[in-house]
Amino acid sequence: MTEAAAIEVHDLVKRFGGRAVVDHVSLTVATGEIAGFLGPNGSGKTTTIRLMCGLLTPDEGAGRVLGHDIRTEGNAIKREVGYMTQRFSFYEDLTIAENLAFVAGLYRLPQSAVADTLADLGLTSRKGQLAGSLSGGWKQRLALAACIMHKPRLLMLDEPTAGVDPKARRDFWDEIHLRAAEGLTVLVSTHYMDEAERCHRINYISYGRLVAQGTVAEVVRDAGLTTVVLEGKGVSRAAESLRGQPGVEQIAPFGNTLHVVGKDGAALRASARKVADDTGVRLSEAETSLEDVFIQLMGEAKDNME
Amino acid sequence: MMGRFFSLGRLLALLKKEVIQMRRDRITFAMMLGIPLIQLMLFGFAINSDPKGLPAALVAPTEDRFTRAIVSALELTGYYRFDYPHASAAEAEALITRGEVSFVVTIPSDFGRRVMRGDKPQILIEADATDPSVASGAISTLGTVAAEALLRETGAEAQAVEAAAAQMQVVVHRRYNPEGITQYNIVPGLLGVILQMTMVMMTAMALTREVERGTMENLLSMPATPVEIMLGKVLPYLGVGAVQVAVVLTASKLIFSVPFMGAMWLLLLGVFIFVSSLVILGYLISTASRTQMQAMQLTFFFFLPSLLLSGFMFPYRGMPGWAQALGEIFPLTHFLRLIRAVMLKGADYAGVAQPMAALTLFVILYAVLALLRFRRTLD
Repeated sequence: MTEAAAIEVHDLVKRFGGRAVVDHVSLTVATGEIAGFLGPNGSGKTTTIRLMCGLLTPDEGAGRVLGHDIRTEGNAIKREVGYMTQRFSFYEDLTIAENLAFVAGLYRLPQSAVADTLADLGLTSRKGQLAGSLSGGWKQRLALAACIMHKPRLLMLDEPTAGVDPKARRDFWDEIHLRAAEGLTVLVSTHYMDEAERCHRINYISYGRLVAQGTVAEVVRDAGLTTVVLEGKGVSRAAESLRGQPGVEQIAPFGNTLHVVGKDGAALRASARKVADDTGVRLSEAETSLEDVFIQLMGEAKDNME
Repeated sequence: MMGRFFSLGRLLALLKKEVIQMRRDRITFAMMLGIPLIQLMLFGFAINSDPKGLPAALVAPTEDRFTRAIVSALELTGYYRFDYPHASAAEAEALITRGEVSFVVTIPSDFGRRVMRGDKPQILIEADATDPSVASGAISTLGTVAAEALLRETGAEAQAVEAAAAQMQVVVHRRYNPEGITQYNIVPGLLGVILQMTMVMMTAMALTREVERGTMENLLSMPATPVEIMLGKVLPYLGVGAVQVAVVLTASKLIFSVPFMGAMWLLLLGVFIFVSSLVILGYLISTASRTQMQAMQLTFFFFLPSLLLSGFMFPYRGMPGWAQALGEIFPLTHFLRLIRAVMLKGADYAGVAQPMAALTLFVILYAVLALLRFRRTLD
């Protein structure tokens, strides 16, 4: 990293009613990077993002976003960051063009910026449509248009693709990669694994704590999990007999196959071999997926809490 | 150019958005213009603080000329309407208990005899005083009316006039409203009440609506300052208020012929300051509540005492001292003084300087509180 990091925050803590929703989270995002922010529902992703864009004040911790202090320079951050909220938060009783004109006015952009943005994101043909009547995919496009119109240096997207169909999701990600290639830094929260895999680096947060970070390959490797696949007619019977066996931590059926995951590779293989022989299903080794890792991390984080 | 704390461009963007939203919300928009007119018509015609033609029952076992004289004299005052002229005592009791009559007039059977004998004759008038204001006007005229009628009937009128002339004479001037027309008092007051209701409620919803719809998070993440957001919310409603004022003032002139003694500019200046205080108060309520429901409840919590203690419904000077002091904290109290003084008494600026100053103080106070309360974060 030659340039200064776009986001550099450390030990952020935010409590609501005595409960730490964000618990000593430190995060660094390099300029031009697409950083994935992952975690289950209620893990503190949204709160962390709000802390970083000046919408919430941290109880502890400090840091800089685009070189501005998150505690004292919220206004400067607001001008240079594009924040896309999880819930659609534009005016449903305004048309696409009116919403964009409103945003342009607040950032004091020339009104030509509206036409440019409409064209840029393929919204021109629908500009007269009320935002409330748009489908999920178009709403998301409008929201994206509104938060990149003022040419921010950093985008923070909070679960931008929730409720959006696969085609629109793909288009959306193509758009994000295009912008990143032009030098825009993006922090995107999601709980879709395929989206996580499209990020340069991922940060996994669970129960307010950051529990894993790195590239997808690094996170999978660091988890140190072994995965075996059972295949054949008796997999549902095999699933039952595997439960509680030494080394077996996750059992997930995928159609006619069964993914069995565990930390202790030797014990897992031995248990799986025995059950496979008993039930007559085929056993093979497989690559551990990001999803397996996340489910494992979720379980561990929960154990730590209780 | 001063982009840090205030930018006209940003304010214009906020105003434009607010006006578009207002225009699209047809029902609310219609209500803002329809409510004042409907309320003015309804209350302007309905409220009467000096009720006349109240139903009465007559219990008079013997109908002689004295009885008839008394009854016709009572009817002539306009307060009594004898719906039951031949009631028995028991019937009359039932009627007043059921509330079908407001008065029972009983003239005893020996009334005529006692008049002739020069004995002290008595009549009994029972009034339903559960609502004191119903009974008061009718009762106050009673003594003299009955006595005069009796004197006329016995031919003693001439002596009475002489006797009266010898006594002290009291001259009463009912100033500013000599005929005692309730509407002269009610209609200007209604302008205040209508404005208070619609203006405070509409603006109280303004900010909470953004919070409820989730647009607040977005608005806060963009570079708009608290002053801009407040003005952006408040100014459009000031415009709506102006239309309401025009509607009500025109109607009070054309339909109710309320006198218009004072200077128009003075009245409009007062109304402007009053409406400003209301919209900013609404905005203040908005910053203090989380949901539109809460905003609505707070508005009503404010609305009722101000209606009752401001002097709109009951005479301000008739309240105990502490209640008068409490009444001072409502803008409506000061506005009522101002508008009644200007419209009915033709007061000049010096005459209304005090309520004008009080209203200005409210504007400043509410605005400061609102800006202090407004949170720039979601904390």
